[in-house]
Amino acid sequence: MDLSSINPVVLIASLMVAATPILLAAIGELVVEKSGVLNLGVEGMMIVGAVSGFAIAVTTQNPYLGMLAAIVAGALVALIFAALTQLLMANQVASGLALTLFGLGFSALVGQNYVGIVPPRTPKLDFGPLTDLPVVGRIIFGHDILVYISLLIVAATWFWLNKTQGGRVLRAVGENHDSAHALGYKVTRVRILAIMFGGACAGLGGAYLSLVRVPSWTEGMTAGAGWIALALVVFASWRPWRVLAGAYLFGGIMVLQLNLQAAGFRIPVEYLSMSPYLITIVVLVIMSSSRGRRSMAAPGSLGRSFHAAG
Amino acid sequence: MLRLEKRPNPSQFWNYATPVVAVLLTMVAGGILFWVLGKNPFEAIKLIFWDPLFSEQFAAYSRPQLLIKAGPLILIAVGLAIGFRAGIWNIGAEGQYIIGALCAAQMALWFYPAELWIVFPLMILAGAFGGWLWAMIPAVLKTRFNTNEILVSLLLVYVAEKILAAAATGFMRNPEGSGFPGSRNIFNYSAASNQELIANSGLHWGVVAAFIAVIFAYVLLHRHLLGFHVQLAGQAPRAAKFAGVAPARLVLLCLGISGLMAGLAGMFEVAGPARLITIDFNSGYGFTAIIVAFLGRLHPIGIVLAGLLLALTYIGGELAQFMLNLPSAAIQVFQGMLLFFLLALDVLSNYRLRLMRPAPVTAPAPKPSTESV
Repeated sequence: MDLSSINPVVLIASLMVAATPILLAAIGELVVEKSGVLNLGVEGMMIVGAVSGFAIAVTTQNPYLGMLAAIVAGALVALIFAALTQLLMANQVASGLALTLFGLGFSALVGQNYVGIVPPRTPKLDFGPLTDLPVVGRIIFGHDILVYISLLIVAATWFWLNKTQGGRVLRAVGENHDSAHALGYKVTRVRILAIMFGGACAGLGGAYLSLVRVPSWTEGMTAGAGWIALALVVFASWRPWRVLAGAYLFGGIMVLQLNLQAAGFRIPVEYLSMSPYLITIVVLVIMSSSRGRRSMAAPGSLGRSFHAAG
Repeated sequence: MLRLEKRPNPSQFWNYATPVVAVLLTMVAGGILFWVLGKNPFEAIKLIFWDPLFSEQFAAYSRPQLLIKAGPLILIAVGLAIGFRAGIWNIGAEGQYIIGALCAAQMALWFYPAELWIVFPLMILAGAFGGWLWAMIPAVLKTRFNTNEILVSLLLVYVAEKILAAAATGFMRNPEGSGFPGSRNIFNYSAASNQELIANSGLHWGVVAAFIAVIFAYVLLHRHLLGFHVQLAGQAPRAAKFAGVAPARLVLLCLGISGLMAGLAGMFEVAGPARLITIDFNSGYGFTAIIVAFLGRLHPIGIVLAGLLLALTYIGGELAQFMLNLPSAAIQVFQGMLLFFLLALDVLSNYRLRLMRPAPVTAPAPKPSTESV
């Protein structure tokens, strides 16, 4: 085994790429949960985004059109969940699971003609000579546009949730939908929009996976990324910046684990590749065992259906 | 304008009618899906739902498959339904199924090639224990640390799949298999083999276990105090606390039972229809069982019917794949749509549709939103 082959600068640069899909999905889910809705369909929305983004990108030979398509597709499948849970008051856990099962099947169906195709390359942004700077060149100036957009979405989400009227309304709806309703806020409308935003983010995250991170289409390629994103929201105590920290931490684990495999670490590949899931579980345990903090952080109406009487 | 009005009590009629209507609507939507894929929708639907049972050409092969596929689905779904009723969400049955199969296979391989009658019963114990143990992880984490059992049980599916891969390519690989992945053929090891009990019926010990589980669950849920506690915890958690229901005990029990049954299903599968441990041993029964549980209204008898129906979609799907070149994923979409329609129609059990103007009258049931296919 040769650990010296693992270069920390490359490691950090590649962990940012590895983290971007789950960062996008998790920040979307954070907004959904802040509005009081638990959407367990993240995995399904991600994989639908992954396949539609891939299909459109290959057809048009334009990765950005593919990403746009993924955003639309993610929001559309999220709309099914929104209709079920918000208009028809269906159980949120079951509806989220249904979305995941449906998404996995749907993506396999659409994607069967796209297996083994190479998608158009997503170029890195051109920062001119800045990219050649030692260390920071690779880490800060060496990425494609989606890495920066994902960071921008985190910042914008934080700002919008905490500093604007719209964000306050969304949080009020999530904390106590009955009071929010009494104040005249449109609970159902706010939640449907939040769910669609979550779907759009998850779809984009999925497309990043199939167009940049891997890049190719294989059935079930999200491999639990959506579930890790869900865990990340709990880990982050529903705070945008902590989602970023958590996503990069997981990105680091995934990349390090791959590097150890490549470096010929003596543990069999199967055991190394289960580490992201095991670490997610460990982190969930640590976060949820400090009960006081958690109960203060989780939105008050999370997972409860709202039906305005009369 | 249409308005929803909460019913004081869920409608009994719609409780029974929704699964039927959901299946019919799924057939319509599925027909449209097949039509979009360029197949004759009527032919496809007939091929999936009718031909496996009644066509002279296929029924001889397909009919036994019905019990083979329905057995594990029913066994897993019955266990899940107990937890779902209590609001305890074990969605990692797929992982418990894998671990159960691995434990049972390991037990058989220890005894190989000894022909002792005790091997098969020990495998049953090992399978049940493996599934139970894997389900105890989310259960204990939930009761000790208040960790979300949905996420933990699901994440453990991926861990179980990695262990399965490690077993098939490593520690369980057939020493006489000339390096190919996969364990020894357990079905051909007669002391461990889960044989058909009646020739060409598809009836094996796993199906028997499924029916015992159905009876057990029925008695537990409808004739035992524990069933009342389960119901109470699901519908009125606060009232359940006052009634003396210990939530932690209920979590351990519900997850334990569902894990145990999923592990058993894995055991019967590896010793029977699957024959050996391979990398792709698991075929999604653990997830489809979630649909079975909901379609069966979380009721043991309903689950038997739902399990047979979904088994039919598996067999019919294979037939349609073979005859019409229909992609296998189409059946997965079909199953997903079924769950959507079911959840959408559930609103009719709990709510009444009212026309607001003029005087409130009961409106006919509207078509639920058709999903994009």
